[in-house]
Amino acid sequence: MAKDLLKVKDLSIQYNTDEGVVKAVDNMTFEIGVGETIGIVGETGAGKTTTALGIMQLVPNPPGKIVQGEIIFKGEDLLKKKEEEMRKIRGNKISMIFQDPMTSLNPVMTTEDQIAEVILLHQEVSQKEAMEKARDMIETVGIPRERGKEYPHQFSGGMRQRIVIAIALACNPELLIADEPTTALDVTIQAQVLKLMKRLKDEFETSMIMITHDLGVVANICDKVAIMYTGYVVEYAKVRDLYENPLHPYTQGLFGSIPNVEEDEKRLNPIKGLMPDPTEIPPGCPFNPRCPKVMDICKSVVPQRVEVEEGHFVNCHLYPAEEYKK
Amino acid sequence: MSKNILEVKNLKKYFKTPKGMLHAVDDVNFFIKEGETLGLVGESGCGKSTTGRAILRLVEPTSGEVNFEGKNIVDFNGAQMREARKNMQIIFQDPYASLNPRMNLGQIIAEPLLINKVFKERKQVTDRVKELMDTVGLTPRLLNAFPHELDGGRRQRVGVARALALNPKFIVQDEPVSALDVSIQAQILNLMQDIQEELGLTYLFISHDLSVVKHVSDRIAVMYLGKIVELSDYNAIFKNPLHPYTQALLSAIPVPRVDAPDNMIILEGDVPSPVNPPEGCRFYGRCRYRQDICKAKTPELREYEPERFVACHLVEELQK
Ligand SMILES: Nc1ncnc2c1ncn2[C@@H]1O[C@H](COP(=O)(O)OP(=O)(O)OP(=O)(O)O)[C@@H](O)[C@H]1O
Ligand SMILES: Nc1ncnc2c1ncn2[C@@H]1O[C@H](COP(=O)(O)OP(=O)(O)OP(=O)(O)O)[C@@H](O)[C@H]1O
Ligand code: SF4
Ligand code: SF4
Ligand SMILES: [Mg+2]
Ligand SMILES: [Mg+2]
Repeated sequence: MAKDLLKVKDLSIQYNTDEGVVKAVDNMTFEIGVGETIGIVGETGAGKTTTALGIMQLVPNPPGKIVQGEIIFKGEDLLKKKEEEMRKIRGNKISMIFQDPMTSLNPVMTTEDQIAEVILLHQEVSQKEAMEKARDMIETVGIPRERGKEYPHQFSGGMRQRIVIAIALACNPELLIADEPTTALDVTIQAQVLKLMKRLKDEFETSMIMITHDLGVVANICDKVAIMYTGYVVEYAKVRDLYENPLHPYTQGLFGSIPNVEEDEKRLNPIKGLMPDPTEIPPGCPFNPRCPKVMDICKSVVPQRVEVEEGHFVNCHLYPAEEYKK
Repeated sequence: MSKNILEVKNLKKYFKTPKGMLHAVDDVNFFIKEGETLGLVGESGCGKSTTGRAILRLVEPTSGEVNFEGKNIVDFNGAQMREARKNMQIIFQDPYASLNPRMNLGQIIAEPLLINKVFKERKQVTDRVKELMDTVGLTPRLLNAFPHELDGGRRQRVGVARALALNPKFIVQDEPVSALDVSIQAQILNLMQDIQEELGLTYLFISHDLSVVKHVSDRIAVMYLGKIVELSDYNAIFKNPLHPYTQALLSAIPVPRVDAPDNMIILEGDVPSPVNPPEGCRFYGRCRYRQDICKAKTPELREYEPERFVACHLVEELQK
């Protein structure tokens, strides 16, 4: 097993809004080894982006606030670092690809200048070396290096996303957080980007957090996966274990909701009901109003994390802790 | 065998742009049988929505025929078109943008009934609205709610109720579930399936999501840069795609299973511009199999095998 690069422990993040307190991330725990990719999966509002912002310490405050937890990166707790120290880490050791690529590109700067700027900010190199490295990066993401002289609007959506990836990778980060990097892309372009990300993983041992709602993307690129629902991680396991044996009723519901291209199913098996209001998460198990296997205990007691098999964690009363204690 | 409810012949829609003529839909031919779902897939900008809109004359076709129940509606005058639209409806991707924010649900769903003066009495309208809400799974409690008070899934249900109000025979669904979360998406797909079975509707289902299209369609048409490149039974197209573009497109779907074979065909380059496209196969620049003939001559959509249509010069050779 690779050694841990990042350990997130009991992380909770809240937003204080006019409507009430939103527990966007609640007691989240996971770890990532060197060269490992973890998928964070969940529907709208599950808390995926907030988790990423928490690690980067970019949660807007107010209204957001990290209320508890530890984020141990290479043995040090990022939550104890000063903003000045964080600025050296961001874009350098940890970088993030944001959900909307256009927001992270400067429309009036050539793409090679944008990449060189990031390199100059973090590395002791000359202007010339930075530019050379920037052009290398452009080539790495499959765009001819001459096109570095062009502006973002001169590229297609898929190419822009690749430029964003080039910026994120410019300083060889040890951890790359990608927030829905392919969601807005067509499948053939998505295939290009996924292939590129896999290559980075193999060549540079970059660890990655891949935020997505697409279980196909997770199967394609991730080693581990955490399924989130209303701020909670409901199931966390190696991809193989979770896909071959999904334990949590919400995870099972997600698999039942997606049409299977490999088989000929006549009807989908959706999860009933709707996502709860984020300020009024039901007591007990947050999934209980929608759960086909709900029991009395689910309505009042929050299920704790139980390791059902080695490395396969689930938060659900169907798997009582006593039965799985070793 | 059921008859064709819709036959589209040589349909073209060009847009004038500062850079030249944009060939959004360029000589498209297909038919839809009564009671079936034809899926229309392809990547962003290939002309799916424009095709759907041109069929309903929400954009005026540049040329071509749209025969609905045997009559070319492109020749219809305003009054005839209003009559025809009762049978031909559309549901849009963005349930937010397609509903009037100042009307409550009751008013939104009743509007087509009132405009077309379907009923004489107010009570009949209200009854029909309630019946429609029931069909699409909206509680009558929401009659006075406004669109902004609803989540995406419910808003899409309102769009469906409205489209059903006049008892249409045919519905164009333009990315009806693309904006929704997967669990809600599945609910809406099941709803559309139930309604189709109950009312015997015919669908043109537009989407860029191939898994969803495979799930809902009887036959599938694949578009690339304004043209249909392949059209077949959904099973045949997934088992043995004939067109090199279809092959690449289907191979690129990430399958949600561990150990799924990773044999994605990575296409070089990006989709070329639809403005003044050159003669020849539109896929030429990105095709692994291209030959001189592909550049010289535009391949026509032709019946390669019974019920299997493909537009590629080399299909016979590639299938050997
Ligand atoms: N700046 C903010 N102020 C108030 N509430 C917020 C803010 N940002 C996020 N939230 C709330 O926190 C919860 C988690 O949001 P988050 O953006 O992390 O979800 P997500 O899983 O990334 O969703 P999506 O799939 O839509 O991107 C949601 O209920 C959201 O409404
Ligand atoms: N009103 C218009 N004026 C000019 N060009 C247009 C207009 N409407 C569409 N187009 C162009 O026509 C082409 C086809 O667009 P269309 O919206 O039909 O594609 P689509 O397949 O539905 O794409 P998407 O998957 O992104 O919805 C695109 O190049 C688009 O930019
Ligand atoms: S704890 Fe209870 S309600 Fe929650 S997922 Fe498990 S069985 Fe369902
Ligand atoms: S016609 Fe030629 S270029 Fe076009 S898809 Fe067929 S082989 Fe490729
Ligand atoms: Mg997000
Ligand atoms: Mg469209």
